[in-house]
Amino acid sequence: MSPILRRAAPYWLSLPGITLFAVMLFIPLLMTAALSFYTFDFYRGIEPTFSLHNYIDIATDSYFYEIFLRTLWYGLATTALAVILGVPEAYILYRMRSRWRAIFLLAIIGPLLISVVVRTLGWAILLGNNGLVNQAMTSLGLPNISFIYTEFGVIVALTHVLVPFMIVSVWAALQKADPLTEKAAASLGASQLTIFFRIVVPQAIPGILSGTLIVFSLATSAFATPAIIGGRRLKVATTAIYDEFLNTLEWPLGAAIAMVLLAGILLIIVSYNRLIERRYAQVFQ
Amino acid sequence: MSRNGPLALLFHALFILYMVAPIAVVVWVAFTPLGYLQVPTREWSLRWFHAIIENQEFISSFWISLGVGIASASFALLLGVPAALAIARYRFPGRGLLIAAFLSPLMIPSVVLGIAFLRFFTQINFTGTVMGLVLAHAVFVMPFVLRLALSSVTGMDRSAEHAAVSLGASHFRAFRRVTLPMIMPGLLGGWVLAFITSFDELTMTIFISSPSTTTLPVRLFNHITQTTTPIVASVSALIIFLSIAAIVFLDRIYGLDRLLIGERQ
Repeated sequence: MSPILRRAAPYWLSLPGITLFAVMLFIPLLMTAALSFYTFDFYRGIEPTFSLHNYIDIATDSYFYEIFLRTLWYGLATTALAVILGVPEAYILYRMRSRWRAIFLLAIIGPLLISVVVRTLGWAILLGNNGLVNQAMTSLGLPNISFIYTEFGVIVALTHVLVPFMIVSVWAALQKADPLTEKAAASLGASQLTIFFRIVVPQAIPGILSGTLIVFSLATSAFATPAIIGGRRLKVATTAIYDEFLNTLEWPLGAAIAMVLLAGILLIIVSYNRLIERRYAQVFQ
Repeated sequence: MSRNGPLALLFHALFILYMVAPIAVVVWVAFTPLGYLQVPTREWSLRWFHAIIENQEFISSFWISLGVGIASASFALLLGVPAALAIARYRFPGRGLLIAAFLSPLMIPSVVLGIAFLRFFTQINFTGTVMGLVLAHAVFVMPFVLRLALSSVTGMDRSAEHAAVSLGASHFRAFRRVTLPMIMPGLLGGWVLAFITSFDELTMTIFISSPSTTTLPVRLFNHITQTTTPIVASVSALIIFLSIAAIVFLDRIYGLDRLLIGERQ
């Protein structure tokens, strides 16, 4: 091959993919960004103007304030629960015999490949007023509590959907940990709990950090679970966008909410990555 | 290695219960003879599985999801493999940008992708087409295909390929007869993962599917939010059975941990 042809080779090879992404991703996203500055009129429809009023509406209306605050709350609570449940579980799996581990790992990460709608339906059945959770509570003499259409229910279901991502990344980090450090700590008389918090968790930190980022960004952009378990009243950013686009047809306002959500998530991803790179540069080498 | 203590095993048992319970309860409810979503205790019935057959709409949605999944995974693979070769084997200006662009659908919330495609398709009069669904899904599943293709291309030993070329095979022939068979397991794993991702996708698709191109997750979601008939449970149970088959298949051909976690250490 001539040198020029060889130098152009990577571009020829990736050209079909670049074309698809330019036409099917870059242009639609730009159009949506532009749409967020347009005006919607009930009689005249969408008008191509350049106005910031959709963004001003979002910034000044307490209705949107509540929606974004709830989105953030779901993200933080789900992430915290995923750490509390996922990190010990990843460590327990790590200490299991490989036979058992393979089976349980399949049971934990397998559900990632089952539709979120199906998994959420399971939670809707479990948490419903006559659901299994309430039946169990009644038989134990506890009061009947409604979990469906509550923030608590959404967080429990969201954690179920997303905790496998935390386990996967903590698991990957533990694979790189040195098992001898645990033995050393044990031989020096450390208790199981001390070993877990002082030896295991610090070595799992890179995994916890990347798992946290994945769980948080997926929790704040989740749609099916808050829509089914939360219902119409407990709106989050994604369900608000859905309503603007498919019910009230105020597309420009919906596009503006989407841009705020997108900017928020990208900002968090980028600044979080910066922080991790600065702090744990040597860990990732 | 020290064993897990009784407390750790109790935690583990409760955690596994938490993970499995919502999936098991769906399968359980699917066999109810009642007209609402309630677990059957005395009587079992296949009534709601019969309802799927009588009610054709879920079956037609299944075929649409299957077609869109196969087409978009294949199309993404067709465009993704050459791009993965370029990224893995060359250092060129714009390489980092290219990787970021191809992986970006993972970072953009699906709802944003959904409205972007809806806006785009309305502007170019392309709404409600199966072709539109396939192209949108191809973008959406590209990161999965690219990641697995990249890891197989970077992980492979190139000496066989160099031998083929030095023995007079053309570059294309060397690729087809030597490289391709070597990276095949990774590509197959990427294809299956892309197919499942497309088949399960709801949040983006709900914006761009029309009444005649409603995919299975969208049909299911609309039913769940509008009705309480157990047909949603029987359809979900069938999806669960299919997913388990796919999971076991993926585990056999590629290894589930490697597929989702990355290279085995």
